[in-house]
Amino acid sequence: MPITESDIEKVAHLAHLEITDEERRIFAPQIAEIVSYVEQLSEIDTSTIAPALGGLTPEGERTESSRADEVQPSLGQQIALEEAPDPASGHFRVPKVL
Amino acid sequence: MSSEETRIQRLRDRIAQGETTARAQTQSSLDAAEKLNDTLNAFLEIDRVGALKRADAIDAKIKSRAKADEIPSLSGVPIAIKDNICVRGMQTSCGSRILGPYHPPYDATAIERLLDAGAIIIGKTNCDEFAMGSSNENSAFGPVKNPWDTSRVPGGSSGGSAAAVAAGIVPVALGSDTGGSVRQPASLCGVIGLKPTYGRVSRYGLVAFGSSLDQIGVFARSASDAAAVLQVIAGRDRHDATTADVAVPDYLGELDRDIKGQRIGVSRTLLGEGLNSEVRASIETAIDAYGDLGAEIVDVDLPHAKYAIAVYYMIATAEASSNLARYDGVRYGFRAEEAPALRDMYRKTRDEGFGPEVKRRIMLGTYVLSAGYYDAYYLKAQKVRTLIRQDFLQAFEKCDAVLTPTAPTPAFRFGEKVDDPLAMYLNDVYTVTANLAGVPGISVPCGLSSEGLPIGMQLLGPYWSEASLLRMAHAYQQKHPLGAGPKIHA
Repeated sequence: MPITESDIEKVAHLAHLEITDEERRIFAPQIAEIVSYVEQLSEIDTSTIAPALGGLTPEGERTESSRADEVQPSLGQQIALEEAPDPASGHFRVPKVL
Repeated sequence: MSSEETRIQRLRDRIAQGETTARAQTQSSLDAAEKLNDTLNAFLEIDRVGALKRADAIDAKIKSRAKADEIPSLSGVPIAIKDNICVRGMQTSCGSRILGPYHPPYDATAIERLLDAGAIIIGKTNCDEFAMGSSNENSAFGPVKNPWDTSRVPGGSSGGSAAAVAAGIVPVALGSDTGGSVRQPASLCGVIGLKPTYGRVSRYGLVAFGSSLDQIGVFARSASDAAAVLQVIAGRDRHDATTADVAVPDYLGELDRDIKGQRIGVSRTLLGEGLNSEVRASIETAIDAYGDLGAEIVDVDLPHAKYAIAVYYMIATAEASSNLARYDGVRYGFRAEEAPALRDMYRKTRDEGFGPEVKRRIMLGTYVLSAGYYDAYYLKAQKVRTLIRQDFLQAFEKCDAVLTPTAPTPAFRFGEKVDDPLAMYLNDVYTVTANLAGVPGISVPCGLSSEGLPIGMQLLGPYWSEASLLRMAHAYQQKHPLGAGPKIHA
């Protein structure tokens, strides 16, 4: 299925990306080309194949990955805010939501 | 322990015995990094003050201690770290403007282990933005140049780490490998590049790109140096639930064992179409060389390898679109100005902060995960991924490693593929399979092209077979050193 500039616009919206008209013009054919390249996968019969989700190695899957539910020291408010673009009164300040 | 000491072991021993100091070694590494950075652009940050302070602390510790065997294995060894791995006190930019750069309040587990072993981090290396690229042309801070020929790319995405090792600035460096980002630049820069098994090295503190594919890897000039670093960073970590509870072998101890009788698998179809003829000739010579070393060469088939790029670019972009959703200008990094409302701020921040390749991949990933397309693209790709993994499991019933080229060509020129994303992606045709299957791989320099550019071969092995891959690489390097070095050198 061809990918249009309006599909690109919709996807950019979903991904919280603002793209320019020029970017839209460049990206639409490039993404369309990649997607059509990927369509070669449809020639493989995967009706009986399970998707490869989860840990990849048998040993990885067997490894116990939960830990005891005990309180551990955390980063703390001061350090957590150190890199924030706009910290205020111990919070992350953002522009108005509505 | 290996009969022949590794370069970095020798360095550590000389420091431990007082023949040289950590400060002197660190100083010379820092001087080289600074001197060559105008030419190579390999470093985004060089931490002279911090590195020398650590070196002095190590020298002081050595002076105050009587026993040499109490001095850790990498004491005083300078190392460079890709700028997508967190080091406390230094920047982490991931080659992107959107991080600001970020100054992480913690060390990645691999870094913590390197520091415990006495290594000296001299700086953070340049890379494609968020590790997305095969040429370094996607770094927001300009590309790294290949030390063999500065008109050519160093490969990507860990190009800065590869160039720093190739140019002799540091003996070893860390990178990350999601689809070949350690092995491909290693090949193009003529050094060793090791991607361990998924779950061998903790990803804690490695900025996430494709979480089911990412793995921290090692650059070195010799397999033995790579072994010494892997020895330190490998193993279970409670901060990364995907690290596996598998004992870490003595990589250095295994290094000198004979490779006679080892079975090396070759897939003839992978040496066909699309492969540069000089690379092919070099690989054929390497296969013969392994025969001469006593290995048995067997034919193997990886019937689904031809689908690997398609599968990879579905899974990697889907995972990336999710992982990169966190860059929103709220908690750290860059925030766009003059956005009246929250949603505008998100969009402007991400528009101004991300470069074109990252945007392209986020959009592709968002597309394949979106309603109506998930089954056709993402789920389909995960099913074919199962088939690719099965191909490897079957191949490894017949052989101990599969030998392929690492990259289809030697280093190409800047600008050659930058406008054609699909052509750029096809560079990764030999490397992405290992990430999809989770198996380890190593790129080993195996020749020079007629233009004097390095060519690399790749050895892929079963899960947890790093010791055997390093041993095969070591056996080859002992007999067939590259015999030349790059033009730009410390």
